[in-house]
Amino acid sequence: MSFLLKVNGTVHEVDVEHDAPLLWVLRDELGLTGTKFGCGISACGACTVHVNGVATRSCVTAVSNVVGTDITTIEGLGAGGLTPVQQAWIDHQVPQCGYCQSGMIMAVSALLAKNPSPSDDELASSITNICRCGTYPRLRAAVHSLAKA
Amino acid sequence: MPSRRMIVLGGLGTAGALVVGYALWPSHRLERADKLAAKPGERFVANWIKISPDNSVTVVVPHCDMGTGIYTALPQMAAEELDADWSTVHVEAAPPDPLFANGSLAEGFILASRHMTGDQIPAFLRGTVANTFRTIASYMDLQVTGGSSAVRATGVYGMRVAGAAAREMLVKAAAARWNVATAECTTKSNHVLHAASGKSLGYGELAAEAATYSPSPTPALKPKSAYTLVGKPIPRVDIPEKVNGVTNYGLDVQVPGMSYAAIKISPVFGGKLKAVSVGDVSKMRGVQKIVQLDDAVVVVADRYWRARDAVEALNPVFDNGANGGVTSATITSRRMAALKSADLKSDLKTGSGADALSGGRIVEATYQVPYLAHATMEPMNATALFKDGKLEVWSGTQDGLGARAQCAKTAKLDMENVTYHLLPMGGGFGRRLPGFFNFLDYAVKTAMAMPGTPVKLIFSREEDMQHDFYRPNVMSHFRAALDAKGMPIAWANDYTTDGGADTEAHIDYGIPNQEIRYVKVPTHVPTGPWRSVEASWHGFFIESFVDELAHAANIDPVAYRLQLLADKPRHAEVVRQVAARAGWGTPLPKGKARGIAMVESFETIVAHVVEIEIAPDGRLKVDRVVSAVDCGMAVNPDGLKAQIEGGIIYGLSAALFGEITIDKGAVMQQSFPDYDVVRLAQCPTIEVHIVESGAALGGAGEPGTPPIAPAVTNAIFAATGIRVRELPLKNVSLASSRPQSARL
Repeated sequence: MSFLLKVNGTVHEVDVEHDAPLLWVLRDELGLTGTKFGCGISACGACTVHVNGVATRSCVTAVSNVVGTDITTIEGLGAGGLTPVQQAWIDHQVPQCGYCQSGMIMAVSALLAKNPSPSDDELASSITNICRCGTYPRLRAAVHSLAKA
Repeated sequence: MPSRRMIVLGGLGTAGALVVGYALWPSHRLERADKLAAKPGERFVANWIKISPDNSVTVVVPHCDMGTGIYTALPQMAAEELDADWSTVHVEAAPPDPLFANGSLAEGFILASRHMTGDQIPAFLRGTVANTFRTIASYMDLQVTGGSSAVRATGVYGMRVAGAAAREMLVKAAAARWNVATAECTTKSNHVLHAASGKSLGYGELAAEAATYSPSPTPALKPKSAYTLVGKPIPRVDIPEKVNGVTNYGLDVQVPGMSYAAIKISPVFGGKLKAVSVGDVSKMRGVQKIVQLDDAVVVVADRYWRARDAVEALNPVFDNGANGGVTSATITSRRMAALKSADLKSDLKTGSGADALSGGRIVEATYQVPYLAHATMEPMNATALFKDGKLEVWSGTQDGLGARAQCAKTAKLDMENVTYHLLPMGGGFGRRLPGFFNFLDYAVKTAMAMPGTPVKLIFSREEDMQHDFYRPNVMSHFRAALDAKGMPIAWANDYTTDGGADTEAHIDYGIPNQEIRYVKVPTHVPTGPWRSVEASWHGFFIESFVDELAHAANIDPVAYRLQLLADKPRHAEVVRQVAARAGWGTPLPKGKARGIAMVESFETIVAHVVEIEIAPDGRLKVDRVVSAVDCGMAVNPDGLKAQIEGGIIYGLSAALFGEITIDKGAVMQQSFPDYDVVRLAQCPTIEVHIVESGAALGGAGEPGTPPIAPAVTNAIFAATGIRVRELPLKNVSLASSRPQSARL
């Protein structure tokens, strides 16, 4: 089946099954590999993208469910230059291996759009993404620095 | 014929000296390096250092990036000695060629390291060095990134020396051009200066002439007081590309015409594929080939999700062999029996050993930890193309050269016919070290079944978790005798091991009579190095039992440790610092308590004080971790702190949740829901304090991990009187705890 997907402002036509996971369509059909595969069951958040601005785990999102939406990936997030979140990630030296950071940054960006100065508890309940390198303390510091800014 | 070790040792007058000489290249090797890794106009002037006509410097790092910051710390060390302006320094990954191997460094480093004697190989390289050294005859060397060794081996014995040697060669070239003595020349910001005449030449202009000189194996190194780059928290060079999705991990590689593969491996380790009923699976959309391997079935399709759906639709039948009945309980019984058997071998005996247990008050306890998976965020994967008798492979591993060798072996090809592209890793933690390259083997075999087609094979999270090389499930049985003052006069530790004797079972505490024995209990479950390796369990065992002794003696655990560390001033200072920084001994609100643990691993001493809170329903919260670390000197203090933070969180995940269990010979856990890890909600605040002792450099990537579990369980004891002797904590009920008067 053919679907029209609007990703980072550009409409792409993809010929895939209706239940093809958005993650793999982004990566393998569109070559947008900034969005990562971590678990495939929406447990880890490495695949987080924005669908109409909402943080969404793309590994369990069927392509047919996002037709007509605005999809943003990490490649689109900072297309016009680094966002304040990305800059804060550099300033606070957040990433280590970096693999989970696309998903982290997408999740945090969506949260901050709604709640610019989350408490630690609000942050912890919203951001359930997994980082195995242990960058959480720096992530927390980076988010709080944005709230102060 | 003398062994290789004898040859190396023969020249090792002082630790590292020969290593350096061994590692530096004569000029004909520089020419080969130019061919392999220099762009037009660039010239290699010494190991790993390239200089461009515009004076900029490129440091070629013979390690892989897994997020530990070595792509910044190692160039910092080279640039420091080279007197290069940091803004002109570029960093590149070394190609997986023997020319760029760090094996000679690693080998000399291992032999020079104070823990290494005789045939001992450090645990982080066990199975790595052993394997690779066995293949050295054909493949020469290794490019390992592991064992917290990059900065203290490649950095100290390699990068610094190479930078200094390169600087000397550049000075010689300038002095010759000006016809002045080298002693009259100085260097600054990528230039050689001659103060008397006011002349100055850029490194770029001098590079070609400099390369004609032989590098000195013993160039003059800067004193620490002259450092301008080393010791500074320079931002990591790899981070900008990790905030915008640009970093190209193994999983991200795009090869034109590529297919995708999903795999189902025999759930029981060592099982064999018996039969696959293909049925309609081969007709599923995109399916190109079903490849039957010895112990697995692979589906290759035009897209990954189609390969994954197809492999899940197959119902392969495996022959489980002799191990189909093994469970965690049968493994535990075997370990317990082994500890009571006559098979225990002596690891260490001092004084009267266990005989001294006859006097004094006896304290006895048995500890156990489970198997653990690495669970890197990037599941295991590799992309391979077999075409015209040549193999090309793309993957992220902790040893590019070892990976290339492994691919050649699997494909039965000469190294020359194998190209390996080393890519950044989404986490390593020991999983991607050589000896544990099952993902490469499967990718290569699949590609060879489809000549001409590049195939990207990706483990599902479930396959990744069920076909790891696990942190071993091990046990320790302790006995100690306390004198009238409560101090230990005898210490006995019998432990099980998957390998040989563990150096990390040896204690830093001054106890006059010690007897440490081990018994090997191999199982069919494959094991491997897991961040901090042996220290991850011995640290928990030893620091818990020492805490038991302190409480048995009714002495404050910090004071008790300090008494036992009278002959270890560095260790004692770390304990004092962490206690002071954490406010040890100051009152805490009801329900809260502190615990301490101190472990030296990879030549770095780390102590944590943990503050926990236990709710009336037994829910445990780790609020705060205060850490003190002495790794000699911090090459990049912010990078060191990040590594300690990461080590703490990795170890905390294991302490709270980590458990791989075996049933019917196979791993029961599949993914993050049943192998949970610390997320933001469980992450404590962490403060890392650096203690600069000036001792020889220790590691950074691993030493933060071992003390965290015992610091937490020691705090639990302080809060509740419950002594946790088996991890993880998710299995321990703290609800029925009887609050003890917390005096800490």
